[in-house]
Amino acid sequence: MQKSETRLCRWTVFVAVAAAALLPSTGRAAAKPTDLKGKLVITGASTVAPLALEIAKRFESLHPDVRIEVQTGGSARGVADARQGLSDIGMVSRPLEPDEKDLLARPIAYDGIAVILHKSNPVKSLTDKQVVAIYTGQIKNWKDVGGKDAPITVVNKAEGRSTLDLFAHFYKLKHSAIKAHIIIGDNEQGIKTVAGNPNSIGYVSIGTAEYSATHGVPVKLLPLHSITAKVENVKNHTYPLARPLNLVTKTAPQGLARAYIEFAQSSAVDDLTKELYFVPPPRV
Amino acid sequence: MPKRDVRWLSGLLGVLVWGAAIVITGVFIALVGDLAWHGMPRLSWAFMTTAPSNAGRDGGIGPILVSTLLILLVCLAACVPIGLGTAVFLAEFSPAASVFGRLIRRSLDVLAGVPSIVFGLFGNAFFCQTLGLGFSIASGGLTLACMVLPILIRSTEEGFRAVPNDYRLSSAALGFTRGATLRHLLLPAAVPGLIVGTVLGIGRAVAETAALIFTSGYADRMPESLLDSGRALSLHIFDLSMNVAGGDANAYGASLTLVLLLLAINGAAAWMAERWLHRRIMIT
Amino acid sequence: MCRRPASDTLLVWVLRGCAAAACATLVLIGAFLVYETLPVLRHEGLGVFFRSDGWVPSEHLYGLMPMLVGTLLVMAGAVLVATPLGLLSAVFCHFYAPRRLVTPYRRLIELLAGIPSVVYGFWGLMVLVPAINNIRPPGASLLAGIVVLTIMILPTIALMADASFAAVPRASIAAAYALGLDKVGLLRAAVFPAAKSGLFTGLILETGRATGETMAVIMVCGNIVQMPKSLFDPVRTLTANIALEMSFAMNDHRSALFASGLLLIILIIALVAVAEWISREPVHA
Repeated sequence: MQKSETRLCRWTVFVAVAAAALLPSTGRAAAKPTDLKGKLVITGASTVAPLALEIAKRFESLHPDVRIEVQTGGSARGVADARQGLSDIGMVSRPLEPDEKDLLARPIAYDGIAVILHKSNPVKSLTDKQVVAIYTGQIKNWKDVGGKDAPITVVNKAEGRSTLDLFAHFYKLKHSAIKAHIIIGDNEQGIKTVAGNPNSIGYVSIGTAEYSATHGVPVKLLPLHSITAKVENVKNHTYPLARPLNLVTKTAPQGLARAYIEFAQSSAVDDLTKELYFVPPPRV
Repeated sequence: MPKRDVRWLSGLLGVLVWGAAIVITGVFIALVGDLAWHGMPRLSWAFMTTAPSNAGRDGGIGPILVSTLLILLVCLAACVPIGLGTAVFLAEFSPAASVFGRLIRRSLDVLAGVPSIVFGLFGNAFFCQTLGLGFSIASGGLTLACMVLPILIRSTEEGFRAVPNDYRLSSAALGFTRGATLRHLLLPAAVPGLIVGTVLGIGRAVAETAALIFTSGYADRMPESLLDSGRALSLHIFDLSMNVAGGDANAYGASLTLVLLLLAINGAAAWMAERWLHRRIMIT
Repeated sequence: MCRRPASDTLLVWVLRGCAAAACATLVLIGAFLVYETLPVLRHEGLGVFFRSDGWVPSEHLYGLMPMLVGTLLVMAGAVLVATPLGLLSAVFCHFYAPRRLVTPYRRLIELLAGIPSVVYGFWGLMVLVPAINNIRPPGASLLAGIVVLTIMILPTIALMADASFAAVPRASIAAAYALGLDKVGLLRAAVFPAAKSGLFTGLILETGRATGETMAVIMVCGNIVQMPKSLFDPVRTLTANIALEMSFAMNDHRSALFASGLLLIILIIALVAVAEWISREPVHA
């Protein structure tokens, strides 16, 4: 072999060894004699995923022999995987549909949906009828609802999102009746779209909106039925448009799944829930 | 052609060429400058080695960097041998009019245009489910290998085509086997094409998000083996900027880290190209 | 008669195996897509994709045509702008740039190639869309998609062209200068003809990238299913459609999304066939 080839071989071996060394050994602390061990697979809504993941990390630190894997893929995925046994627990960011009653749902948090406008928009509130008219394209200019003379840019969510389902259900709108100018995927995209367009209107999760509004993003939340849109009001059940964030299972959860769900519903994770601007479930 | 016309055209070309270079540099500065401006405050050794916490808004991206590098390694390990082999086959061993050769070339062109999300779904069905790898770095790397393959093959093939035929003829005249010709003469000469293909391929792999959501998954802990789920850097950036409220700051930091990582990888690739080029026999 | 040495025979078979493996990927993906598309074909038939009632999955309406047009327009726009820019950029690297600028400039373009689509989309959403909105609402539009995609595919053509120009034999270039040709003549007579095959490959690769891009397009194109009447109208591409709805789709809806993926592949096959036909004289010697 030529000199540079031996060098290349040596280099490759070095890299391989370094890579293997960098992968940490399972250096877990000496395990407490807990009875919980095994792997848990949780899939579903990406809204719930960050919360489920943080709860999972805390759970794992208390039970070192447990491994929890959280994957996204949407509420429909959560339902399907739980049904087919591809996951132990499904995450669903809405109440269960009538044809999903074969599953059991346990809420771990609540979230509201708020209509948002750009901060500079002089309009302070909208009645239900006005919102419906704007979203069906009957009102096209802000001046018709007391704002500037500017065309309204309607922002809607893509098909299949629970936020859209809940919004349309609340305002009694058919999905196909909504005439939008921009369709967005995730909550943050909605926030950023509205923040970039002074004449737009959209709707997102209250948690996301409130966080952004209090951190300098130029959006504001509209009150609904005169109730201010804020997480506080979702908590005391005065805000009308709220949804549960559910963990669903096919049968009554047992063992590891049950321990996790109970942990997720307990007050031990309230701080995590609040950090993500969701509302912890009511305690009996 | 009268001299005056020629000079005018040449002048115009000069203007266009410099104009293009300036526009591209401008775009680069706008993009990367924006990243650097927002990301610098977050960048530190701690950021690059600690684990994410608080849904990624605090802490760092240590495990994610490791996952990303492992995915990249799996991808390259899978696609460089097959890619190189195919490229050599197409360039050296299949006559231009051969049906097999044409079929492969066209298949690769089509493969280059398949949307990343389709790769993700395919990867999920094939690597995760059929081959039973589940959500893992291995699945992610192999799926990316499928995506990168056409780019690698086509540009490497071009590299081989660029080698003058004199090389092949003279080595045959000297009694070299095809294999030896390849190893000592053609491979070093075709290195620029291979490097471009690798760089483009790595760029594509690192930039990929949609394909990895369904294959290497969401877990943000340090992976312990190639069969563990591991979040890639691009996916982390996506989650922070689009799914988690307030994740923007760390998203910028992560993006800047990604740019620096790429700089390092591309620089290494170029350095290796230089080393190999020293072995090139220059005729001109 | 000389026999081919055994090592060479083995080599050829190994290489053939590699090539077959590469080809197999496409076959597998094609089979996968067809398999997943079957349900909706069985229930609704092929014609459902060509109806003009729009895309409303909840009402079993799966008209794909506006999205196909959206994909084609965004792709064509991006390729039309990126190709000249990329070629000029490569010319700059080889024939105009001062020696010290060449490597940094090349690094710059290589970096652009690796920036995630999310970052481009994010930038588009925060900077480009509001800017276009000031010209004409809503901002998220065909134009925004074309601009972002152009930046994304530019590195592909630029780097491939760069590599192709590097491969042009020095003798040709020297001869061109010796003949008294200026830069334009040099390019026209010596460089471009020699680099033709590489440029063609670059063109195919960048077109492929443009049709396959998903993330960035979702963030800046507006995602409204309609036939765009101007550059400022929002559009939805086939890829954006799949990405937006796949996670939430069941049964026939899911199957219809796979059908749109299949349609996209057929589109690419058509484009590649056209490209092959255009370059009828063998580009590959």
